[in-house]
Amino acid sequence: MNKLLAWILMCLAVAMAAGSATVAAAADLTGAGATFPYPLYGQWADTYKKLTGVGLNYQSIGSGGGIAQIKAKTVDFGASDAPLTKADLDAAGLLQFPMIVGGVVPVVHIEGVDAGALKLSAALLADIYLGAVTKWNDPAVAALNPGLALPARDITVVHRADGSGTTWIFTNYLDKVSPAWHDKVGCGKEVAWPAGVGGKGNEGVAAYVQRINGAVGYVEYAYALQNKLAHILLENRAGKFVAPTQASFQSAAAGADWKTAPGLYLVLTDQPGDGSWPITGASFVLIHREQQDAARAKSMLDFFAWCFASGDEAASKLDYVPMPDDVVALVESLWGTTVKSAGVPVWK
Amino acid sequence: MMPNRGATAPEPARRRPRPWGDPLFRSLAAAAAGIFLVLTAAICLELVRGSALSLAKFGPGFLWSASWNPVTQDFGALSSIAGTLVSTLIAMLLAVPLSLIIALFLVELAPPAISKPVGAAIELLAAVPSIIYGMWGLFVFAPFMSDHIQPFLSSRFGWLPLFKGPPMGIGLLTAGIILALMILPFITSVMRDVLRMVPPVVKEAGYGMGSTVWEVARKVTVRYGVRGMAGACLLGLGRAVGETMAVTFVIGNDHRVSASLFAAGNSIASALANEFAEASEPLYLSALVELGLVLFLMTFAIQGLTHAWIRRLERSAGRGL
Repeated sequence: MNKLLAWILMCLAVAMAAGSATVAAAADLTGAGATFPYPLYGQWADTYKKLTGVGLNYQSIGSGGGIAQIKAKTVDFGASDAPLTKADLDAAGLLQFPMIVGGVVPVVHIEGVDAGALKLSAALLADIYLGAVTKWNDPAVAALNPGLALPARDITVVHRADGSGTTWIFTNYLDKVSPAWHDKVGCGKEVAWPAGVGGKGNEGVAAYVQRINGAVGYVEYAYALQNKLAHILLENRAGKFVAPTQASFQSAAAGADWKTAPGLYLVLTDQPGDGSWPITGASFVLIHREQQDAARAKSMLDFFAWCFASGDEAASKLDYVPMPDDVVALVESLWGTTVKSAGVPVWK
Repeated sequence: MMPNRGATAPEPARRRPRPWGDPLFRSLAAAAAGIFLVLTAAICLELVRGSALSLAKFGPGFLWSASWNPVTQDFGALSSIAGTLVSTLIAMLLAVPLSLIIALFLVELAPPAISKPVGAAIELLAAVPSIIYGMWGLFVFAPFMSDHIQPFLSSRFGWLPLFKGPPMGIGLLTAGIILALMILPFITSVMRDVLRMVPPVVKEAGYGMGSTVWEVARKVTVRYGVRGMAGACLLGLGRAVGETMAVTFVIGNDHRVSASLFAAGNSIASALANEFAEASEPLYLSALVELGLVLFLMTFAIQGLTHAWIRRLERSAGRGL
């Protein structure tokens, strides 16, 4: 009896091992990195798997983790919200290209103030985050918002507690527009915040802002929409007050000059254009220029090409902005010239 | 097998001593116990190795520098150490007396109809994962703190620097209270078991002398179980010092040192949980590992101190029992 059972178990084990072997042979792609594009990459991978049988195993461990993983060659590609500089890319033998565009949105919770009612200038937003402006009825805020009844409430600044690409884009913007911010704080995935409280992840910031009357925070656009947080109108480089929408992100992305950016290092914050949302950023993918396995590399680039060609609708549905066509053409030509396996170009 | 044992004489073969049996068992047991020593040493070694960069750069000043700036790569542990100690202290101050009272009530005063369900509830609470406490703390308790408890404290005790600042609902005080709620069932359930083991004869002797319930509890039960109860506190302390998720949710995660308990702070564990994933610069990563090393050594120091304290307590409080 026991022998029979052992036999059955053994047969099962062998069958399972064989089964998993055939699945692995279909060569699933692996990636790791930024959490911000994760919902979209997951959606793309799902659809692509149904079409071609090639799946994607994407670990959203954060941009820093993604960079470390691709440098260690444990994954096929890494993903980062903050671009690497050309020197960094050259040192690691990496190629970097933008996949999608998204926006970071300052959100407020002030009793009696509706979404899109409060206007802030770049300098004022920086002053609030520096802790220099501490009351919502501060004359500087009131001067920009005549007719808006602002309470004498303390401003509670909410920022990310964890290192994050979102923080990188946000502080990169403040760093550009405010000399005081540049001197005192600077730009990074995690900075020494002069004021406020830290929430873990976009959801943590969203929860704090919803919780605390008088709070201001910053989250990815999708989180602002999903949690119905009150966004502000932010003054852009052209001096216009704009709302965060897919159109205003697109406007910021359209003005960008990717062709002259060395290593495609381009940050979309504070872009020109009347309708441009000032805190816009691209999410980047990192791959090795020298590929070990030509077939595997080709299959990865096929996936990205499919995302660029057929993934726009899924991106828009999830509140991301797809890359403009001319940028896609530029990226694909870069694949042709730089991605090689044993000296032979992988992408034709 | 069983019924045969007494009936027939055991086979000679079974009686023959195995010369290797005892030494084998002893060395296996020793190896199993040795795993602890090896693990502890390995963890310590690895922490020192990982923090070598930060140790060399900041030296001992790391412990009392209040700066934590990833942009300029200048790191110090003061805010994290202070946050860990303050939140743990608040938790212990609240949880230990409350646990003792609950345990005494359950063992000495409550009829079984009450003590049984309450005991079951305590065990159930002890099994709730810490993230649940964290989320409950953020979504339910923090609003209550900011609407009721913090305004009350600042109106009565606002002249103390401890209770200054806007009532945000999150911060060191909230983290301490959440920690207290978390370790309360642990301490209570161990204390209850300790008090139960006090021999009835000792207590009955007390009652026989004409003592009241309070006198027996204070002078007999508590004194008899003092070591076990101190152990219970130690268990709670260990949990509070290293607690990560529950604290991360409500402590406010800020690297500034403030005298106010309303202000946001951070603990070593919460800083690690927040920042490890995105720390790409070697020095940043090394500073985080050194935070881990500090926590490791702090836990050791606290354990050592408490053991010394228990020994003293036993000598004085346990006298005559």
